[in-house]
Amino acid sequence: MTDVVWLIPAFPLFGFVLILLFGRRLGEPLVGYFATAMMVASFVVSVGAFFDLLAMPEEERANIETLFSWVPVSSLQVDLALLADPLSITMCLFVTGVGALIHLYAIGYMHGDAKFSKFFLYLNLFALSMLLLVLGENLLVTFLGWEGVGTCSYLLIAFWHTRESAATAGKKAFITNRVGDWGFMLAMFLAFSAIGSVSYGALNEAAEAGELATSTATGIAALLFVGAIGKSAQLPLYVWLPDAMEGPTPVSALIHAATMVTAGVFLLTRINPLIEVSADWVPTLIAWVGVITAFFAASVAVAQNDIKRVLAYSTVSQLGYMFLAVGTGAYVAAIFHMVTHAFFKALLFLGSGSVIHGMHDEQDMRRMGLLRKLMPVTAITFIVGWLAIAGVPPFAGFWSKDEILLFALARSPALYVVGLVTALLTAYYMTRQVVMVFFGEARWESHAEEHGARGDFRPHESPALMLLPLVVLAGASIVGGGIQLPFSDATHRLEQWLHPVVEFGEAEIEGTWANDNKYLLLVLAAVVTLVGIAVAWMVYQRRRLPVVEPAVLEQAWYYDRAITDAVGGPGRQAFEATSWFDRNVVDGGVNGVAWSLRNAAQELRKPQNGYVRASAGIIGMGAVGLLVWFVVVRGIL
Amino acid sequence: MNEGSFPILTALIATPLAGAVLVMLANARRPEIAKLVGLLTSVATAALSVWLLASFESGAESYQFVSKHPWIEQWGISWHLGVDGISLFLVVLTAVLFPLSLLGADPHHGHKQYLVWMLILEAGVMGSFLSLDLFVFFLFFEVVLVPMYFLIGGWGYEDRVHAALKFFLYTAGGSAFMFVGIIATVYLARDSVGEITFDLVRLSEDADFATSTGRWLFFAFAVAFAVKVPIFPLHTWLPDAHTQAPTAGSVVLAGVMLKLGTYGLLRFGLGLFPEAAYWARPLLLTLGVVGIIYGAMVATMQKDLKRLVAYSSIAHLGFIILGTFAFTSQSMSGSVLQMINHGVSTGALFLLVGWIYERRKTRLIAELRGIQQVAPIFAAGFMVVMLSSIGVPGLNGFVGEYLVLIGSFLTARWWTVVAAAGVILAAVYLLWAYQRVFHGEPDDANRTFKELTLREGMVLLPFIGLIVFCGVYPKPMLDRIEPSIAELIEHVEENTDFVSPEPARAGIDE
Repeated sequence: MTDVVWLIPAFPLFGFVLILLFGRRLGEPLVGYFATAMMVASFVVSVGAFFDLLAMPEEERANIETLFSWVPVSSLQVDLALLADPLSITMCLFVTGVGALIHLYAIGYMHGDAKFSKFFLYLNLFALSMLLLVLGENLLVTFLGWEGVGTCSYLLIAFWHTRESAATAGKKAFITNRVGDWGFMLAMFLAFSAIGSVSYGALNEAAEAGELATSTATGIAALLFVGAIGKSAQLPLYVWLPDAMEGPTPVSALIHAATMVTAGVFLLTRINPLIEVSADWVPTLIAWVGVITAFFAASVAVAQNDIKRVLAYSTVSQLGYMFLAVGTGAYVAAIFHMVTHAFFKALLFLGSGSVIHGMHDEQDMRRMGLLRKLMPVTAITFIVGWLAIAGVPPFAGFWSKDEILLFALARSPALYVVGLVTALLTAYYMTRQVVMVFFGEARWESHAEEHGARGDFRPHESPALMLLPLVVLAGASIVGGGIQLPFSDATHRLEQWLHPVVEFGEAEIEGTWANDNKYLLLVLAAVVTLVGIAVAWMVYQRRRLPVVEPAVLEQAWYYDRAITDAVGGPGRQAFEATSWFDRNVVDGGVNGVAWSLRNAAQELRKPQNGYVRASAGIIGMGAVGLLVWFVVVRGIL
Repeated sequence: MNEGSFPILTALIATPLAGAVLVMLANARRPEIAKLVGLLTSVATAALSVWLLASFESGAESYQFVSKHPWIEQWGISWHLGVDGISLFLVVLTAVLFPLSLLGADPHHGHKQYLVWMLILEAGVMGSFLSLDLFVFFLFFEVVLVPMYFLIGGWGYEDRVHAALKFFLYTAGGSAFMFVGIIATVYLARDSVGEITFDLVRLSEDADFATSTGRWLFFAFAVAFAVKVPIFPLHTWLPDAHTQAPTAGSVVLAGVMLKLGTYGLLRFGLGLFPEAAYWARPLLLTLGVVGIIYGAMVATMQKDLKRLVAYSSIAHLGFIILGTFAFTSQSMSGSVLQMINHGVSTGALFLLVGWIYERRKTRLIAELRGIQQVAPIFAAGFMVVMLSSIGVPGLNGFVGEYLVLIGSFLTARWWTVVAAAGVILAAVYLLWAYQRVFHGEPDDANRTFKELTLREGMVLLPFIGLIVFCGVYPKPMLDRIEPSIAELIEHVEENTDFVSPEPARAGIDE
């Protein structure tokens, strides 16, 4: 089915158009089921394409399908072309698979919302953009999807736009992403000026054949990394993601956890030959930005009280791991972690949505507690997600995180240590969250009145429509690690599948100390995780240890505040100064010229008073003046 | 070619002019007849332009549908019209924008005179884009000012008289330079051409100026066009004129009149004085980039929606200047495309802002709030147009900007790096304005904001159709624009030591 790969984005496009035209008439819940059906159809095609590719010999696993010529101007020829290869199909599988589950969940979650059909309109548009992003055969098609998902993200964060904070968060996300897009665009320009093409095939082949100057490769890779930082919420551009939690929870799960934010990691994996031939500082920078972001965000997550903000910072942190993997040449591990993360983070977000739903829109974890008694399915699935993200064997996250740490150690012990500390923090803050929400004592009863229920307020379990996706994702979070196990070459299934895409850039760790002792590392990682869980349990469940939640962590190291102050202070002043300059200097100059012309004319007008004597006098003066000039200056007479 | 067949280009100018005469003759007490006549003639012009588009031969670089008749023979002036890939879409855009703005905006009083001025304006703009004779061009170029002056002064807002005067004096002042330039060009070219002629084609082929003379002449033309574009720092008439002009006036002003400047620079600046244009490149590139950043920064701080859109125009036109003087086929084709795209998007934005004013009698951002809540379809229309203006791929604005930037990167790398930051700023001012106007909870004054009417919807729909079509499938346009651009670049190469850069080929992906 690789020759009908265009069907994968075509289904959500069809869904978008149909909902645009008839969405209101279809109404709730039909629109939701229809949109979900489109995602399922895409998923089915993706599965078909997957098996097709699998049946092919490894080197043939890439099929380009050109739909039409998009931007053709002499030497620049960009087609709207799709590339079906192991990487793009892997992305398609989890984007459509997890996407379909989240669509289904949203039917329950958005129940009763006045803009029900508009929500699914945006979701299908998002899916279309995301699929174009991953299927693009060149940088420009990816950029089309890249900006498309950014726009949908803006529309969906600001979905409840009467709320000022939601509107602001949407705008912030769009503009911050645009800063990264600046890098993406320049990367395309540089690629075009170097090889006359923006297609991945041409770029990667040039890199592999050594035809690309190191400086060019370095420039392109570094600029695309700038784009990736924006989209994947890494330091210093992560600030939009925590605020993006203003959007409806299914959006947080789909866009701001499972799919869109991984686009940066996907992009860098796509161009791995370029990173391989660029200067060494590029991968080193990627790895360090990743691991520092991972640590930073995990430390912040420790002190958050909003159930979704914990998960948002956790997402930033986990994406940091993926960048660490990319920077250390562990592309397979990056994709592996991307997939497992999509499972468990979508699960956790949807679980938190279920909690918020059951708590009547309460998001403060300090007002929760003991919910496992009232929301058993949500609790059990959430606990599965917790174990997966914390890295408890044999859950999915354990295997993928361990592989990243393995490559990190092979590159540099410093990267490994920071990564391991982050793993400890991850286990700690997730345990804290699970305890605050599902264990401990019930702290919601005293606030029941705020929820309009006067005394008989009880959190309730969510409807089956919302629970089904939770159960499926929980299953995936348990067994998802099976696609890539460290035991032998045969269990490196994902690596074999992705091999043709990443073989040039993938780091070789055979023979390093880290690889020889990888089982030791597995044990160490498991121990660190258990320590993190145990400490958090002692602090929050048993209350044997003091709670440490310093304000500096709660305020995210004051980084966001500093940016806001800089933009709102000196930034705004610069804009205002420019505006003042325009009004008073540029336009003032124009008006000044006009004013002085008019005044001069006023003065000149005065002698023109119409009296004969005045005219005669002036004529006489002129005659005398001329005479003097002829005589004195020209010397005539 | 097309000799002896129907003189379609002359008809494109004559139809609106005839319409103006007919409207003048109509009974003043029955404005509906005048309206019908005005609308019908502008629709007929649009139909003619579509016919022109359909019969335009794509891939050909030279002028098509040429009609040439001697007029004042002793001075070498002739009625010489022609269209090529550079002017084709500007002509079509003009023809399409006029009926839409007549339909979309109501002058409220003096329908008859209003229509007369609008139709004369249309004829003038058409003539400017089609003339291949310097004298005829200048005639049309100046004629355009008169109806616009009366439209702003007669049907504008509070401060209309001042704005109209400023507009007229400023642009006429610029044109004075060009008038001197044209006379000088014709006389100084007499020796190399062999006779006195105002024929653009002959002048650009045969005229041979001393280097410094060419530069002075270029300067004279460039000042007139720079005021018209407008290029920083000659832009301050624009926000005033836009803010005070009636809606249709703003649509036409932004949609096609500003393009007289950018078109003039391409056709006359580069065509007649390639050496001087090449020499002046660094200055114009810099002014273009300054315009992009400066226009966006000033737009951000505007309190009046129309002023905001006006300043955004300055930023968008900066891209056109950058692309024009980068001299690559991508950047220049992108510039021409950007002229069309800007006309469509900004035209639609001015219509929408005009409709907001009709409902709320204010253009102040601070007085608007929460409109999306009460008028979601109106808001959705605004959103699409805004995204196009921001340059989101898949919509028209992106293709032009992208081509300008990717082409300019080849010859003006560091200018492009700065200019690309303009795409961040475009998002800042438009999204911020959108948030303040459409998001939030509507207050009492905005709670009764009327939803988009059917008529407004019908006017907006063609704009949105163009926005999506040109964003997804710009190939038909590029196929027609590019050959003429290639010819122009060749012309520049022949007259200077400029060599159009070919991006290196790694010998793959052929």
